[in-house]
Amino acid sequence: MSDKPEKFIDENGLRLDGRRLNEIRPMKMEIGVLSRADGSCYLEWGKNKILAAVYGPRELHPRRLQKSDSALIRYRYNMAAFSVEDRIRPGPSRRSIEISKVSREAFEPVVMTQLYPGTVIDVFAEVLQADAGTRTAAINAASVALADAGIPMKGLIASCAVGKVDGQLVLDLDKPEDNYGDADIPMAMTSDGEITLLQMDGDVTQEEFKKAIEMCKEGCLQIFEIQKETLRQKFTKLDDVEISDDEDNVDISTLVENSLESSVDDEGEDSIVVEDTEDDPGQDIEVEEDQDIEIEDEADEDIGPEKEEFIPEAVDLDTDQEDAEDIEVSGDIDDPCLVDGDIAPEDDGRTA
Amino acid sequence: MEREIVIPGQLLSENKGDSGPGTYVKDGKVYSHLYGVKNAKNKISVIPFSGKYIPSPKDYVIGTVMELTPSNWIFDIGSPYDGLLHVSEYPKRVQSNIMAEFMDIGTSALLRIKDVNSSMKVELTMKERGLRSLTEGRIIKVTPAKVPRVIGHGGSMVSMLKKETNCEVFVGQNGRIWIRGKDSEMENLTEAIDLIIKHSHTSGLTDRISDFLRNDKDDVQMTENVSEEGIVDGTVDTDEVQEEAYRKMDALLDDDN
Repeated sequence: MSDKPEKFIDENGLRLDGRRLNEIRPMKMEIGVLSRADGSCYLEWGKNKILAAVYGPRELHPRRLQKSDSALIRYRYNMAAFSVEDRIRPGPSRRSIEISKVSREAFEPVVMTQLYPGTVIDVFAEVLQADAGTRTAAINAASVALADAGIPMKGLIASCAVGKVDGQLVLDLDKPEDNYGDADIPMAMTSDGEITLLQMDGDVTQEEFKKAIEMCKEGCLQIFEIQKETLRQKFTKLDDVEISDDEDNVDISTLVENSLESSVDDEGEDSIVVEDTEDDPGQDIEVEEDQDIEIEDEADEDIGPEKEEFIPEAVDLDTDQEDAEDIEVSGDIDDPCLVDGDIAPEDDGRTA
Repeated sequence: MEREIVIPGQLLSENKGDSGPGTYVKDGKVYSHLYGVKNAKNKISVIPFSGKYIPSPKDYVIGTVMELTPSNWIFDIGSPYDGLLHVSEYPKRVQSNIMAEFMDIGTSALLRIKDVNSSMKVELTMKERGLRSLTEGRIIKVTPAKVPRVIGHGGSMVSMLKKETNCEVFVGQNGRIWIRGKDSEMENLTEAIDLIIKHSHTSGLTDRISDFLRNDKDDVQMTENVSEEGIVDGTVDTDEVQEEAYRKMDALLDDDN
């Protein structure tokens, strides 16, 4: 209780982390991060880090669970033991079972389960780092992962929470606002504004509730844009790679150039986690601040085998052979990572 | 032509008559069901980037025996549903007690789907020219959604691949591709197919892949003239088998090239 802020909203109408009342935290997503899953998505939303994986439609065992006329959706929301400040007991809890259920029900109206009778679609949402609003973050990631898995849906689902602090409604609560606020209303909806999840903790008046729904719609629209952008980016990125027969015997300088180019390209796409630079950043952060690094690294390793074939080669080659160029290259590659670091600084998680 | 990437729920047309595969109609408007590429010829359809293979009758598939029952081989056909091949659908008469001598667990075969009922029981057949169990070659797995690209417009891609690599190729609708030829050629072909999958959403792919193989081939011929193996024989058969598959794919791929 001691760390409860005196005021959540300053005289300029800005919140503790500098956001306006109707502003969501910065979000970035990447799809196709897990090679063995049919669809996957890694999402960072403020200090939340979520990894969502979709498997299926696939055969369902035990058979007695099979639905003869449609697919079954299984949704598992799970918080990693290390995702919060005090280690939580791993495994399902009362809370995570409830969240899994409501999240599953958020997707049931949009997923075309009737096309796959007798099968199951498994959705796994792992919270790697939590900072309020993990269920909404997990739904946003799962929605994109489902699309990535090629599962027919009527539309994407976006999710966001509205809360009340200092008597005012605010969009997308962060940790202190969630802990000490007066109300927390997570919602999920389709792009038409049809609500598929609605929960409330705390109390608001009827007028406030109506306003909350409107605010949430605005927030979700922004999230839809990020989701769309993420899905579109995946393939525009690939266009940059030229098909050529001499890829095998390219000399080092071209590879270096390529990796430089790609790092420059990636800087432009601010909503996307850069993957070809992940290898270096991992080590870099380790030097600076090694508290949460184990998590970071594991997550990073899982991310994006998509481009791995190409870029790591470049890195290997130049470390082996071209020292001078190596320095130059790694210096440049670092930049986008530093930007990442700014958006989600590790040590802020400690002080919050 | 630039192909537009669409996402689930995206508005595709105001005219409900345009609704093709991968789309749905709500309030008289057409929306996408899938994350994929929009194909707007005649009707609007969406070709997904990924997804599981869902069996449908008359499809050619490549399966692997998973289990033997007294009268059926149960095949894994790379889909949520298993395929059943009844002994009577084997080209020869087989006593059910010696089924394993013909195809044991782990054997792969070229198959055709005879029927799929409403509870998704998949019946397979092998009684057709060109269908057989496989003893050599390689099986490459790709996303079933990208099979149309591997086959190409009117089979253009597949025939080009065959011509350029001298390999025998059979593309199953379930995303499994069987190839047979010289080791070096199979290696090239595997690379080429990888490229097709990676760049499946771009246009003019057949020509680029053709260039890729030609250039590669020159290199290969210079370096390894040594490996001489028995060249394939049964190519004619597989060609025949696939003609129908080509026609089916045309429907999905009409704006290509």
